[in-house]
Amino acid sequence: MIRPALPYLLVAVLAGLGVYGILARRHAVLVLVGVELLLGAAGLLLVTVGQTTESDLHASAPVLTLFLITIAAAEVVVALAVLVALHRARGHVDLAADLDPRAVVATSDDAPGETP
Amino acid sequence: MSGPDVLFLAVGLVTAGAGLLAVTSRQVLHAALWLVVALGGLAGCYLVLGAELVALVQLLVYVGAVVVLVLFALMLTRTGGVPVVTSVAQRGASALVGAGTTILLGGSLLATLGGDPVPIAGPSSTDVATGIFGTYVWPFELLSALLLLALVAAVAVARAPVGGKDRAAHRPDEPPAAAEHGETP
Repeated sequence: MIRPALPYLLVAVLAGLGVYGILARRHAVLVLVGVELLLGAAGLLLVTVGQTTESDLHASAPVLTLFLITIAAAEVVVALAVLVALHRARGHVDLAADLDPRAVVATSDDAPGETP
Repeated sequence: MSGPDVLFLAVGLVTAGAGLLAVTSRQVLHAALWLVVALGGLAGCYLVLGAELVALVQLLVYVGAVVVLVLFALMLTRTGGVPVVTSVAQRGASALVGAGTTILLGGSLLATLGGDPVPIAGPSSTDVATGIFGTYVWPFELLSALLLLALVAAVAVARAPVGGKDRAAHRPDEPPAAAEHGETP
């Protein structure tokens, strides 16, 4: 027997932390950390509903959680590739800075590795 | 409070605390490592809820692969001086939105589903396998195609020529010395 309020409370807390992490960070990798927490909350919600409610046809809750984890992994791969490309073009991954592609000269002067 | 309640409370507190540190830590590497603890704690929550297979996959995929990927990305994009912390106003507004999310989501979930204690009774691993390879076999196959696509796309994006048309050498207002400069890396 488990009180279902506890997992649901953790789902809400993790989702709030993920939203805060996405909005309050300016390092792009740390924004991804927030996204991971949000996806973790979604997975925990799926698992909790699947384990505490009845009439679960075809074991859909664990299967959907496994799909969610796989899709999240693919998303992280592409996002980090974009970040690496951004770092190669910009010299930084600061989301608060100007990310306009035409502004490359303004930032490449003080970026490390550009000086001969 | 029954046994699973106490267990879940312990693991959930670890998860929530690690998640809080992951989104508030000022060190980038520390935030990534706290994410390891948070996702590992989430796997523990799955285990307490009786979903062993999902817990194992979470441990393998997240802690084993995703976090290592994040750490590699941190190493590849290390610049040293990237400021992590945004302004107080932005953090305050973000905290408001996050707290609002927590209250809305938690309130609606607790009001509708958080009732009396219920027995933990999920599908067994055999049922999960039957579901994956029976009912959901086509989405499952599609997922393998998605993973391959993500892999190829990641390599293509990360290896793409930097700048394209926006190279410094192609800039009309660029002095020639600086244009050579941009070619060297």
